[in-house]
Amino acid sequence: MDSAIEVTGLGKRYNDMQVLDDISVSIPTGQIVGMLGHNGAGKTTFLKLALGLVRPTAGEMRVLGVPVRADTQREIHRRVGYLPESVAFYGNLTARETITYIAKFKQRPATEGVMLLRDVGLADAVDRRVHTFSKGMRQRLGLAQALLGSPDLLLFDEPTGGLDPVAILQFLHTVHKLRDQGKTIVISSHLLADLEPHLDRAVVLSHGRIVAQGALADMRNAVDLPVIVRAWVTGEYQATLSELPFVARVTSQDGVKGAEIELEAPRSRKLELIRRLVELPSLVDITVKEPSLPEIYARISSDPRPAAGE
Amino acid sequence: MDNVLIVAGKEVRDDLRSRWTVGLSVVFIALALSIIYFGGAAAGQAGFTSFGAILASLTTLAAFVIPLMGLLIAYDTVVGEREAGTLLLLLSYPLAPSELLSGKLLGHSVTLAVAIVAGFGLACGISQIFTPTARSIAVWVDLGGFMLSAALLGASFAGIGCLISVLTREKARAAGLALVAWFLLVILFDLVLLFILVASGGDAIERAVFPYLLLLNPVDVFRLVNLVGLKGAGNTFFLSMTAGQAYPRLVLWAAAAGWVLLPFSLALVAFRKQEI
Repeated sequence: MDSAIEVTGLGKRYNDMQVLDDISVSIPTGQIVGMLGHNGAGKTTFLKLALGLVRPTAGEMRVLGVPVRADTQREIHRRVGYLPESVAFYGNLTARETITYIAKFKQRPATEGVMLLRDVGLADAVDRRVHTFSKGMRQRLGLAQALLGSPDLLLFDEPTGGLDPVAILQFLHTVHKLRDQGKTIVISSHLLADLEPHLDRAVVLSHGRIVAQGALADMRNAVDLPVIVRAWVTGEYQATLSELPFVARVTSQDGVKGAEIELEAPRSRKLELIRRLVELPSLVDITVKEPSLPEIYARISSDPRPAAGE
Repeated sequence: MDNVLIVAGKEVRDDLRSRWTVGLSVVFIALALSIIYFGGAAAGQAGFTSFGAILASLTTLAAFVIPLMGLLIAYDTVVGEREAGTLLLLLSYPLAPSELLSGKLLGHSVTLAVAIVAGFGLACGISQIFTPTARSIAVWVDLGGFMLSAALLGASFAGIGCLISVLTREKARAAGLALVAWFLLVILFDLVLLFILVASGGDAIERAVFPYLLLLNPVDVFRLVNLVGLKGAGNTFFLSMTAGQAYPRLVLWAAAAGWVLLPFSLALVAFRKQEI
């Protein structure tokens, strides 16, 4: 599989502050990749390095097969769409004027820009000045400018900030469509719960270092967090549970037609637990909750050992 | 080059929208008409006098006003974009920092040039309507030279404004530095030279060196371009420093152009080294 971004030993230091340290990662093409980490983890710097807007103090970086250097910057910028955190535009221009101005740099027709404005839900605001836009509308305009020119790689820095829940869903729908078109999408965010169901892979940064990377399923296995099993029963279940010493926590809530019990067990015993619960004659329903991305992230961040998923 | 023109076009449109162009033109025309009509009032004569006197007065006026306008129009060129957050997005496009800066300087310079030509040109045109005796091609050639040198002066201070803008991280600080630059180059530089000249009693060595020192200031280069040929009609204090010096016209024009390129080149080098 080709790499959209290939990084070896990358480091970035500002005076005496090491922002990124010995980063090596390969981001495959055609995937949605989450660049996750706390504020100040180095996510934004990583994206700026990919665009050549800041220069590394160590290591090498290739974007879409092109080494990131001053003389290759234009070629990279032609093929990469970027939505910065807190995106800002000229307030005195309308959305149409803004996208037309940007289209000139990307050597695209203005009509393509206007169509993108409609696609991102700004059809009614095309001729409104940007200073009258809400933060969510500016974010949509930001998305439109990033998509202009149909770039192969999209770098989104905290893209859902300021968006309402419907707009977040629309944004994620767009991201999936882009992935289906073969684009690579890197999303930097600390809003992990929003992104979790949509990521193919994740790179977790903490204090400038990669602490985990790979597919989410691999990360789950690597961190070995307990699973939560919920079962709805209409009769006796305590005897069965007493035979399962690995169940770490049991909570129950009685309802009109039975009880809802929540059990916490090691991942390695998940199937055994489910099998025993299914044997209960009083069992009505059962659900399994895998460790969430925020939980995985919290575990990885608190554990200094690298928990690479691959 | 396309990108430079795209950026320059936007700057010119922005300057038009923000009334910079119209405002500057009105300022120039009002000041120029006042000087043309009332320039000789102190001598008891209102109205058009001699073109040499008018040009000298316009040069003195322009030497104060145009640098200020150039600095004001350009001091936030980069720092303003940086503070507003638009610089990051702009430089993520296929647009080199040098193209962005060149386009902005070109745009501001065009705005200043349009205002200068519209303001001073219109004022001089009006004066000629009312004084048919002054109508001659030679007058318009001199006036053209004056406006071209004024445009170069504006561009050089716009370049200084760009340099300040690149080197500062806060718009307010850039504005303050722009005013300091104006004070140093427009007011203090000549005063210091005059003080040294007077204090030294017009020492021969200093008299030989001073004319060249004047080339180190774009305002003085502008004055030299316009006043030296007027033979006494100009600023006498200023001309006392140039006594005995024959400046080839080409050297003066080259110095004026050099003063556009120098601050801009420094700004470009500094901007290229910066990270966003």
